[in-house]
Amino acid sequence: MKYKDYYAILGVARNASADEIKKAYRKLAQKYHPDVTKDPKGEEKFKDIAEAYQTLKDAEKRTAYDQLGSAYQPGQDFRPPPDWEKQFRERYAGGAPGGGAFSFEDVDLSDLFSAFTSRARGGGRGRESMRIPGEDFEVAVHLALEDAARGTQVDLNLGLPEYDGQGRMRQVPKTIKARIPKGATDGQRLRLRGQGGKGMNGGPNGDLYLNIVLHPHPLFRPDGHDLYLDLPLTPWEAALGATVEVPTLSGAVNLKIPPGTAAGRKLRLAKKGLPKPGGGEGDLYAIVQIVNPTVLSDRERELFRELGEASHFNPRGHFARGGSHG
Amino acid sequence: MAEHDDAAWLHAEAQVTLVELSHTSGLPEQVLRELVEYGALEPAGEAGDWCFSADCVVRVRQAARLRNDLELETESLALVLSFLERIQRLEAQVRHLHAQLAAPAR
Repeated sequence: MKYKDYYAILGVARNASADEIKKAYRKLAQKYHPDVTKDPKGEEKFKDIAEAYQTLKDAEKRTAYDQLGSAYQPGQDFRPPPDWEKQFRERYAGGAPGGGAFSFEDVDLSDLFSAFTSRARGGGRGRESMRIPGEDFEVAVHLALEDAARGTQVDLNLGLPEYDGQGRMRQVPKTIKARIPKGATDGQRLRLRGQGGKGMNGGPNGDLYLNIVLHPHPLFRPDGHDLYLDLPLTPWEAALGATVEVPTLSGAVNLKIPPGTAAGRKLRLAKKGLPKPGGGEGDLYAIVQIVNPTVLSDRERELFRELGEASHFNPRGHFARGGSHG
Repeated sequence: MAEHDDAAWLHAEAQVTLVELSHTSGLPEQVLRELVEYGALEPAGEAGDWCFSADCVVRVRQAARLRNDLELETESLALVLSFLERIQRLEAQVRHLHAQLAAPAR
């Protein structure tokens, strides 16, 4: 078993009062809670912080922990006193088949203390007899836009906790084939009932919550079930009108550009967005960009000059009118 | 390897009952009722037959975790929930604006 210095984890002295321990925990929990922090190691840190607090906030567990002394270094292997081993064996491995193979090496320090107190409280009901529901999991799933549109299947590799016959917890790698029905969009959640951690002694299995994250697409930007696409046009296509080929998720379509189309104008292609879970589809919006050739041939330059001379169009007319629109 | 079909989208058009929300979040029904009183949750339907928009499930679960780990009172939990809802709304708005933001013309 590896020793953990719970006092150091919470940053308090060994003789800290219960109130000081509570304050230290709250301060650290607010900083490292996985639902709050952006620190990628937050979850790991919070686990240690919570484990330390669970032991030190309980007077009985704290007394038991203090009996270990302070001579160990964090991470150092140590062996609890012999009478502890006996108690723990009775609590966890007692009566269970294969109890003889029990070893403290596989036991987590936090398990040790929870074993002591549930015994002291006279519960006497080991994990063998309690209905324990399985743990829920929340996992991010990254999908390509095309896969989200047509529905897909993903393999999720999870480390699910399972308890053996002696009540010891182990992380068991498990691959879950999750079918993602069509209708996903960025940030949407899918609940897979009963696909989380296994329940024990008849307890229900936990659920799996998937957080859908769409990969950025080179052409389409999703907004809910609508898609946005930049549509570059030449100045003459925008001015004179044209029919251009536009890509959609279900193949290219022809789009009619009305004459006099301004940059930034949104042209809607109905039902060419992502399918919605309840039926129907979002729309695709093509946003017009007017793109000039960066390198001009002599002839092109000549034509632009001629156009400039012939045209009375002034796009900055509103400057002179004091910034009012129109 | 397991395969299954019991998948449900948690979007605004889907609904969950009070009992389901309590089950999925681990919050007692009484706490959920108090959260409705505080205005942090807005159910549809009559009291006793409440339905909640399913897109609140993950938010309520997150608030429940914070309640347990930070030992929050229901008043604070209501505040957390309203902030989480605001974050969710702002994130949707960012996605909306980002989608409209044209890439620089090539």
